[in-house]
Amino acid sequence: MGGWQIDLFLAAVMIGITNGAFIALIALGYTLVYGIIELINFAHGDLFMLGTFVCLSTLTLLGFSTEVGITGTPWVALLLAMLAAMIFCGLLNVLAERIAYRPLRRAPRLAPLISAIGVSFVFVNIGLFWQGPTPRRFPDLLPQYDFVSELLGFESLIRFTFKDLFVLALAIPLMLGLAWVIRSTRMGKAMRAVAQDSEMAQQMGIDVNRVIAFTFLLGGVLAGAASLMYGLYNNNTVFTLGFTAGLKAFTAAVLGGIGNVNGAALGGFVLGLLSALTVTYFGGQWENVGVFSLLVIILVFRPTGLMGQETGEKA
Amino acid sequence: MQRRWTTAAAAITALALVMGACGGAGTGGTTGASTAKTVKIISSLPMTGASRTQTVEIVNSIQLAIAETKIPNVTVNFEALDDATAAKGSWDAAQEAENARKAINDKSVVAYIGTYNSGAAKISIPLLNQAGLVMVSPANTYPGLTKGPEKGAEPDEPGKYYPNGKRNYARVVPADDIQGAVGATWAQELGAKKVYIVHDTELYGKGIADVFRAKAKALGLAEAGYEGAQKADNYRALANKVKDAGADLVYYGGIVDNNPAVLLKDLRAVIPTIKFMGPDGINCSEFLKQAGPSANTDTYSTFGGVPPEKYTGKASEWLKSYNAKYNNNNPNPYAIYGYEAAKVVLAAIAKAGDKADDRATVQANVMGTKDYDGVLGKWSFDAGGDTTLTQFSGSISKSGAWSFVKELAAK
Repeated sequence: MGGWQIDLFLAAVMIGITNGAFIALIALGYTLVYGIIELINFAHGDLFMLGTFVCLSTLTLLGFSTEVGITGTPWVALLLAMLAAMIFCGLLNVLAERIAYRPLRRAPRLAPLISAIGVSFVFVNIGLFWQGPTPRRFPDLLPQYDFVSELLGFESLIRFTFKDLFVLALAIPLMLGLAWVIRSTRMGKAMRAVAQDSEMAQQMGIDVNRVIAFTFLLGGVLAGAASLMYGLYNNNTVFTLGFTAGLKAFTAAVLGGIGNVNGAALGGFVLGLLSALTVTYFGGQWENVGVFSLLVIILVFRPTGLMGQETGEKA
Repeated sequence: MQRRWTTAAAAITALALVMGACGGAGTGGTTGASTAKTVKIISSLPMTGASRTQTVEIVNSIQLAIAETKIPNVTVNFEALDDATAAKGSWDAAQEAENARKAINDKSVVAYIGTYNSGAAKISIPLLNQAGLVMVSPANTYPGLTKGPEKGAEPDEPGKYYPNGKRNYARVVPADDIQGAVGATWAQELGAKKVYIVHDTELYGKGIADVFRAKAKALGLAEAGYEGAQKADNYRALANKVKDAGADLVYYGGIVDNNPAVLLKDLRAVIPTIKFMGPDGINCSEFLKQAGPSANTDTYSTFGGVPPEKYTGKASEWLKSYNAKYNNNNPNPYAIYGYEAAKVVLAAIAKAGDKADDRATVQANVMGTKDYDGVLGKWSFDAGGDTTLTQFSGSISKSGAWSFVKELAAK
């Protein structure tokens, strides 16, 4: 107690980075869609919530509804759960785009925004109907191994557990993979072209509808992957999860510069770090105050966000 | 507008009375006065969110009470309202206000059973007070709803909840000025030396945390920390702080909806042996279900009254009929309070006789409840609407259920 402690600080940084990884993965879904069609997809957080339910149902189906009596980590079941969530969220996002956003693409901008809020309500109620109104426990299936104390033999506040490793080992490659898709594949090039000028892209022979659908697929797949990590890390999920998770991720996307993929990832980590540090040094009741004050400050001095750049107005 | 409606309502009532009298004369009734009346009781509880398990049981209890109580010439209807919204997943101030207004505008409503959360009661008590409608809570424990600053309430409490100056609110559970104190005493008995107090930033949670804090200080327990923690995905940073502060017990003032189960899990990850204690807000099966194995050791809660397995006499008979009707294995501890609240209201309606549909009479009867011989024992409402019962019990979590440890007395 008293004074500045390096171990407390480092521990908070560690926690911030892992918590930031989830936020970043969800934020990517917001920013991808915004970058390409300038729609704030309010249903994205709820899609993530449904992802956690898919994981939970898949694990229950495979007989892993609880960790009690289970020895070792059922990697195959976890992999299946993650694939199920990724496929489900990806396809559902594409479906939502097809039904609720595509018909409104030429409508005034407020229209798709409102329909996104509508989709969000639909998702929330599907979640409510599916898993009921009470929070559900998510089985704690990952090993409780702490590398710092058990491998290095170093007792301190700083912990780097298997769970943290799991989250980072999944989240970082997924983000790098996304960056690669956008930078180096034909589809990525098409995405960038549509983002710049969709009419011109269409005239150059790019199937704009297909590119947009693919963008929604990518965002959904990332949310699906994040949902398994969230469940295994926090061991808890509830149908209202999407609202809070969505709000945080949206904030991260704006913080990093909405529409900018690297910015969303950075924004997620900054937000996670800031949350953990505020809780550590000012107390839990200041968490949101700290996060949103920073958002206001950054937007006042850099209205485009940390990594956003001035873009010409699109149609 | 208000006046016009009142006039219209009065006219309709007068017309109905005349017609009723004529009807009575036509059938050759001799008494004339006792025409059949229909009254309604409304409950307002959070039926969406983590509290649902308990609130469904409370509603079951109210229905059980109404079904088995026959009042001559009076038909009692019941409607259960939800003061939680799907968007919030727990009680919502706007929804609670809407429920209160709904009850006020339905002239057949003579009593309002609720709320579950003290913060929600703060919204509806003044509304119902102005309408002269009595409210009986089966679960509110925040002291300030009925008691003044000397019991840990704010300086303008409880007066500000009763704009017309007449008390219309009573509760069948003992309040937190006792619960927080017995919690601190028990924490010391359990060997705690340094406590970390966390609250969920709500009226109830912060209220009881403050009472616990004051009592812990008086008992000489060291305070490792005190802070509010809103509902979050995880509490790992907070758990680290608790470890750093060297606390041996964490007291959580709050409700299950605000994720104490996740807090407990994160605490266990860094300090496996830490003791965790909370008030009635976590004394429910839902908390243990969510916490899973983290609650297997050193997890304690306090609660007003005794748990179902310790019921005797009338309470055990009630438990039998409850379990038989709802095919349930011992409900959570609040179910019996729901039953008692409904029974007190029904007794007040029965006592009102011909004036069963008169809100003022029912309110006076409820508030004047004396030496009521109910399932909780023999008790009265004091002038402030508080029960004279002060018994608390302490429970420990054992293989997925709360198990009775001892009775805790207010000192």
